[in-house]
Amino acid sequence: MSLAQEILAMAKGAEMTAIVAIGSTLIGAVLAFAFGIARVEGGRLLSWLALIYIEFMRGTPLLVKLFWLYYALPLVGVSLDPFTTGIVGLSLNIGAYGAEVVRGGLQSVATAQREAARALNFPRRHTLLHILLPQAVVEMMPAFGNLAIQNLKDTALVSLISIADLTFRAQQIRNLTLAGARVYSMTLVGYFVMSLLVAALMRFLEIRARRGAAFAHSAHG
Amino acid sequence: MIYGYAWDTSSPLAYAVSILPILAIGLVVTLKAAVSGFVVALVLGLIWYLLRRTRIRAVAWSTALLVEFIRDTPLLVQLFFLYYVLPDYGVVLPALVTGVLALGLQYSAYTAEVYRGGFGAVPRGQWEAAIALNLSRYRIYRDIVIPQAVPRIMPAMGNYAVSMLKETPVLSVVTVLDMLNLANMIGDRTFEYLIPLSLVGVIFPIMTTLCSVGIHLLERILPRDGIALR
Amino acid sequence: MTGPLIEFRDVGKRFDRLTVLDRFCFTVQQGEKVSLIGPSGSGKSTVLRILMTLEPFQEGTLTLGGISYHQPHGRGPFKASERHLREVRRNVGMVFQSFNLFPHMTALRNIVEAPMAVLGLGREEAESRALELLRLVGLLDKKDHFPAQLSGGQQQRVAIARAMAMRPRVLLFDEPTSALDPELVGEVLGVIRMLAHEHDLTMLLVTHEMRFAREISDRVCFFDSGQIVEQGSPDRIFAEPAHPRTRAFLKSVLAESRTA
Ligand SMILES: Nc1ncnc2c1ncn2[C@@H]1O[C@H](COP(=O)(O)OP(=O)(O)OP(=O)(O)O)[C@@H](O)[C@H]1O
Ligand SMILES: [Mg+2]
Repeated sequence: MSLAQEILAMAKGAEMTAIVAIGSTLIGAVLAFAFGIARVEGGRLLSWLALIYIEFMRGTPLLVKLFWLYYALPLVGVSLDPFTTGIVGLSLNIGAYGAEVVRGGLQSVATAQREAARALNFPRRHTLLHILLPQAVVEMMPAFGNLAIQNLKDTALVSLISIADLTFRAQQIRNLTLAGARVYSMTLVGYFVMSLLVAALMRFLEIRARRGAAFAHSAHG
Repeated sequence: MIYGYAWDTSSPLAYAVSILPILAIGLVVTLKAAVSGFVVALVLGLIWYLLRRTRIRAVAWSTALLVEFIRDTPLLVQLFFLYYVLPDYGVVLPALVTGVLALGLQYSAYTAEVYRGGFGAVPRGQWEAAIALNLSRYRIYRDIVIPQAVPRIMPAMGNYAVSMLKETPVLSVVTVLDMLNLANMIGDRTFEYLIPLSLVGVIFPIMTTLCSVGIHLLERILPRDGIALR
Repeated sequence: MTGPLIEFRDVGKRFDRLTVLDRFCFTVQQGEKVSLIGPSGSGKSTVLRILMTLEPFQEGTLTLGGISYHQPHGRGPFKASERHLREVRRNVGMVFQSFNLFPHMTALRNIVEAPMAVLGLGREEAESRALELLRLVGLLDKKDHFPAQLSGGQQQRVAIARAMAMRPRVLLFDEPTSALDPELVGEVLGVIRMLAHEHDLTMLLVTHEMRFAREISDRVCFFDSGQIVEQGSPDRIFAEPAHPRTRAFLKSVLAESRTA
């Protein structure tokens, strides 16, 4: 196997890593808002269900969840292909951490804002979508950035359920070439570069969110 | 049969009960790995923190870069690196030791940041007052800075310790016989993964909850006279 | 010893490119009580902090109680060795604007810490001296209180006792009452006034309390942009300032205190 072939194979792996990371981050974000909002604004039942989801997901190791979905779930008749399994496992996992961030962000928006909105007799949905969330999202962005990087790193585990991501390819190539130092160094650098990209992207989004919130403020004031 | 324990597949309940002793053996390995891994993280992180604040620019910079690199790359790949590359250079370690080193390395990037926050939060005025009283460097650290930094450091360290505990199952991929690995082995032989994996999935939240409670208690016991944490 | 206790000779001090002191000269005799006044940013704190070895300087020599140190080339932090600096510090104590008591120690512990750790006093001797000092500043009954349980004025009085416990020859005060609520200023000034009666103690006081400076000092120095523009007896400086900048400064602070 030539070095060029190695690099090509790893690039393919990196592409898969990127797909898995982006897919699970986006679905995770949806889950985060759904369960985070349910925690704060939902009725007693919804809030409880969200709490159970969040605490259970945050309490169990990701690898155990992935193996459970991959090996155990088929035994009760639900068979998912590895790719779906990976995306589902990662999304459920990061969504729970994200939900905590959403909850914290919503609760940090001063109760005064809430009361003001109630005094103006806004409907609940309006208060949530137009008053609370725009302010809270700005505060959530740094934590979301950390979670996105955390999730990117977590994607490495899907190599263990036979998704051909960067780590999977690295393992394959090492088994062929036995050049562990080179292969894993390249892999680590690959993840490092992707992390830096994610960090840059999240910072860009944070600035956008900040500007958006400021604009909303001036528009309202 | 694993470790001399046989399982009883006559009913799900009997099966679950019969494999618990095996999982308990794995649990001990899991806890060992987590505790030693965290000790490594505490020591390495302190070293990173100290190196990062030396006056020698090159050292401080390269340490900062290294810590960022460790923080931004997956534990699993770091683990493979240590597991497959160290022997190429003649360093042959037991799998558990390699795993502990990988866990410690990954989390040292986080603990370094905690030290920085904790020590950085001790106001400059405290240093200045201590210098004005002619205390020695050693005394300043021992009597003034560390007692004020520790209560600020403890909660974050506790959280990372719990996170690390939850990442120990990764060590199973390099043959460490932790709880997850044993659960998988049982599954391989019985063709029934649901119960062993579910048990592991339930034991972890119980453990992490116990840990969190323990850490809260510890924080309450530790003296923090007069130090406002927020 | 007959020479001055403190002597700055041609001291130069820069923060990056900002020159704060340039060929600064200043002497103080043993037992003198000197007030430093002047506008914000004029370098008063810097002079005290250099004396306390909290700030390095780049040029010139500083002599303190016969021990001198100088940093001719000004690269990097302190050129003098830590041991040499600790020798210099033995003669000096400092009281800070923000008290800087150790929050995790009781008032008594704050005071005995350094005498025990640095002077090597036994606990009993250190505590009896500390209690005497606490009595002097009127806080004997607060000895077991933590700083957070004391008012600002009380904290500052403990801080003064803490500095005095090291038996310094020079005591530096950097705006000791600026962080206090107005009604607490008096009690701290009372303690400083009491110390001013100590014949041998040399005091340098940076303050905006003009009336107090006039009352207790032997000499008042007016600072402006890193220079002592004018100095002399308090009566002369306050009654008939010679320099226009001194006049302008005094006029503005007097106007301020009238509106306050
Ligand atoms: N750590 C520092 N870094 C950079 N510049 C500084 C630093 N400390 C002080 N300076 C600058 O040095 C100059 C003198 O400061 P200094 O604190 O001595 O003034 P001051 O006379 O005590 O003023 P104030 O009455 O406000 O306390 C100021 O211009 C200040 O901005
Ligand atoms: Mg000042």
